[in-house]
Amino acid sequence: MAQIKTAGLSTVYPNGVRAVDALDLEIADGEFFALLGPSGCGKTTLLRTIAGLEQASEGTVTIGDKDMTATDPGRRKVAMVFQDYALFPHMTVAENIAYPLKVRRHPKPRQREVAERTAASLSLGGLLERRPGQLSGGQQQRVALARAVAVDADVLLLDEPLSNLDARLRLEARTFLKRLQKELGITTVFVTHDQAEALALADRIAVMESGRIRQLGTPREVFGRPADTFVANFIGSTPMNLLDGTVTDRGLAVAGAILPSPTDLPDNTMVTVGVRPEYLALEPGGQGITGTVSTVENLGVSSLVTLECPDGSLLGLTVREQHEPAIGSEVTAAPDPGRVLLYDKESGALLSS
Amino acid sequence: MTTTLVLRRIGYSAFFAVILAFFAIPMLWLASAPFDSRPGLGLRWPDWTLDNVAATFDHPYALTSLVNSLVLCGLAMVVTTVLAACAAYALSRVRIPGRDVLLYVLLLLSSVVTGTAAMVPIFVMMYQLGLINSQYGTALVIAGGMLPAAIFILKDFVDAVPRSYEESARVFGASPRQILLHVVLPIARPGIATIVVWSFVQAWGNFLLPFLLLRDITSQPAAVLMRTLYDEGGSANLTVIPVFSLLYSIPVVVLYLFVSRRYGFRFHGGIKS
Amino acid sequence: MRATDSAGLGRGRALAFVAPALVLIGIFLVFPALWSIYIGLTDYALTGPSSVNPRLVGTGNITGALSDPLFGNSLWLTLLFVFGSALIGQNVLGFTLAWSLRGARRGLRRLVEGLVLLAWILPSTVVAYLWVAVLDRDGGTLNALLNTPGTAWLVQYPMASLIVFNLWRGTAFSMLLYSSALNVVPPSQLETARMVGAGRFSTLKDVVFPHIRGHVLTNTLLISLWTANDFTPFLLTSGGPDHRSETLPVFIYQQALGSGALGYASAISLLLLLVNLVIALVYLRLLRRRG
Repeated sequence: MAQIKTAGLSTVYPNGVRAVDALDLEIADGEFFALLGPSGCGKTTLLRTIAGLEQASEGTVTIGDKDMTATDPGRRKVAMVFQDYALFPHMTVAENIAYPLKVRRHPKPRQREVAERTAASLSLGGLLERRPGQLSGGQQQRVALARAVAVDADVLLLDEPLSNLDARLRLEARTFLKRLQKELGITTVFVTHDQAEALALADRIAVMESGRIRQLGTPREVFGRPADTFVANFIGSTPMNLLDGTVTDRGLAVAGAILPSPTDLPDNTMVTVGVRPEYLALEPGGQGITGTVSTVENLGVSSLVTLECPDGSLLGLTVREQHEPAIGSEVTAAPDPGRVLLYDKESGALLSS
Repeated sequence: MTTTLVLRRIGYSAFFAVILAFFAIPMLWLASAPFDSRPGLGLRWPDWTLDNVAATFDHPYALTSLVNSLVLCGLAMVVTTVLAACAAYALSRVRIPGRDVLLYVLLLLSSVVTGTAAMVPIFVMMYQLGLINSQYGTALVIAGGMLPAAIFILKDFVDAVPRSYEESARVFGASPRQILLHVVLPIARPGIATIVVWSFVQAWGNFLLPFLLLRDITSQPAAVLMRTLYDEGGSANLTVIPVFSLLYSIPVVVLYLFVSRRYGFRFHGGIKS
Repeated sequence: MRATDSAGLGRGRALAFVAPALVLIGIFLVFPALWSIYIGLTDYALTGPSSVNPRLVGTGNITGALSDPLFGNSLWLTLLFVFGSALIGQNVLGFTLAWSLRGARRGLRRLVEGLVLLAWILPSTVVAYLWVAVLDRDGGTLNALLNTPGTAWLVQYPMASLIVFNLWRGTAFSMLLYSSALNVVPPSQLETARMVGAGRFSTLKDVVFPHIRGHVLTNTLLISLWTANDFTPFLLTSGGPDHRSETLPVFIYQQALGSGALGYASAISLLLLLVNLVIALVYLRLLRRRG
């Protein structure tokens, strides 16, 4: 078991792209840590640099107490599950799981014993003699996990572990993965572009963009108080409302309404107002933003209602099923107290309240 | 409407009948003459016998030349496969400086420097090195000619193997040697089998180079002996030629069937056979 | 420095992996090609004083070739051979087969493809003899079929025989290339053409051809290159009778080993190498543009 530390870590590709840019990061022992971001943000490169598959251009990677920056991947005591699982097609499930032991020249019976034990704990018991090509996607994913945990690695690295599964299986595998990680208590870093996956699994999330970390925090922090408009846009299954607003002496002027100002910014400061659709509620006659209902999208247990405000901006809010307003009706939506966030109009950074 | 349809059907059938006749007629002889008691040049229903087979086995050079072919082609095949596999793997996986230029030049070489265009310098070189009549020397010349194309076919195969296989093995601590033996070679097996068959068949059919470089009848492969048999002063030996051509052709056909059955007929644009 | 490639091979080992192949290619392909330039500038011969002490003759071999009627003859015959058997013959027959076999029954399709492929994979000395037998004056099958006893096809019509032979021998490649090319044509487009009532010719011209234009060019270049370098005519006619089927490869062989004029033959090979180079460069250019 070990913590991971990077200091001033940069990975620059031969074409000059700084995929990882001067990153300082500390991942605690036993933590389940997510690297989240859009494709090309450098999250996979960071993972591969921790694994040693990419060479760090500057800075250091420390695993446990040892500086591993120049160490071969095979000597870092890390295990990795690849996005395509990389199960060897010519080996059986048992041989795949035992491969790390074969490399270390453990005797055959010991290899077999570990493969059987690991397979059993990942409910792969009856599949030991099959080949990867004969398994379902979910089974393949579990074999890849089994191979990764068959040896006692200090760190488990997962590259988009759920992205190759179909939607229904993904939920099942997600729960399984979370339970497995808690049972093993192994420091785990996983890469994903799916914010829901990161929120559901991780103890902490690093949201990345262009090789840098935009926000580092618990799922609650990242969802509830995005550090900037990029994160605000990226997190949440329904996008956060980001509207132009102005701080006035009467309060916050936004979308033709005046809301209580959450900060004591100087008057006439132009800001971006962010509020999640989930934190808005219909409040007939209350203090809030008034608009005409233009569309209602059914999300199952709730609906996403889009209001068109007098100044032309659009505001989304979720309402519980069977509470949807009629299309064309005029309604008022009020934010939950403390849920209105203000962002700097220029930099997009959160203005602390 | 129906008349055009009928005419079209007739035209279609006639076209295929002509095509089938055109392609089949020259080959039928290969099936009938070896087993005819009085084989001639024309096609006829054979008067079945196996005497020609016995006569061929008694011919002083027929079997030796087939053995020579095996030695020559086996050697050329092994050299081509091993060297091409190593080169293709390294070129596919490692950014060696100048790699793209090298690949471009190789691709050019594979089609520009043909045996016919280079026969004079190759002959002169082997002559001056005293390697005329050397089977090993000839095998190396043949291998050299096949290598660029072989490297390309194999590089295609290796490029299609996901790197994550090797990376995964690497993270688990496998050495480059272990990665090669445990992962790369088994996964690249279809590609290697293709090159084994392809290079063997190419060398087996090659006439010009052994014809130029192996002047002594005891070291000549079947391709050259075949020519010698029917060029012997106009008196072609018709008891031996048919059986011998059949024996000489069978390995090629069998290997093709094997590859297309086992791995599916993969079409490598630009590469003959 | 630590290896950064997927296998942890590193540059040093990678170079060691590539080197043996390059050495062999260098000795048996690059060196001969370059050396033929030098030999082509001398009067090097197989026997006689020039075999021991070749003299530099500069461009003498080239000017000699230009005034050599046999060279002009063989150049013309090569063009005829390439044009007749490859450019027109294999191209057209290969496409026709690929196109008409698409709708054919499975059995027929496999039979035709199998025969055409067999003609391609059999060793060249064997197929050459098969054709010598078919075209023979006395017992040949062709004379029996056409009821033209006593016609010595290889003597009376050597070039025509070679062209038909090469059509038989090499059509498989064009057929295979065009069948895989035709798979690229989206069926929906063919169906659209049928729905608007396009005729067979306009379907080919407006729907099929635009998709396979690149393949046509690729195919034409490759089969031209191979046909120009084909040595099999030697096995059928040895260039005869009286040089009437002496294509360039046969001419080079006859000059080098028949007459022993190695310098002269080398200069002619150089010409063949240059033609190959031009065709290959055009081909690679095409590949690059498409890739």
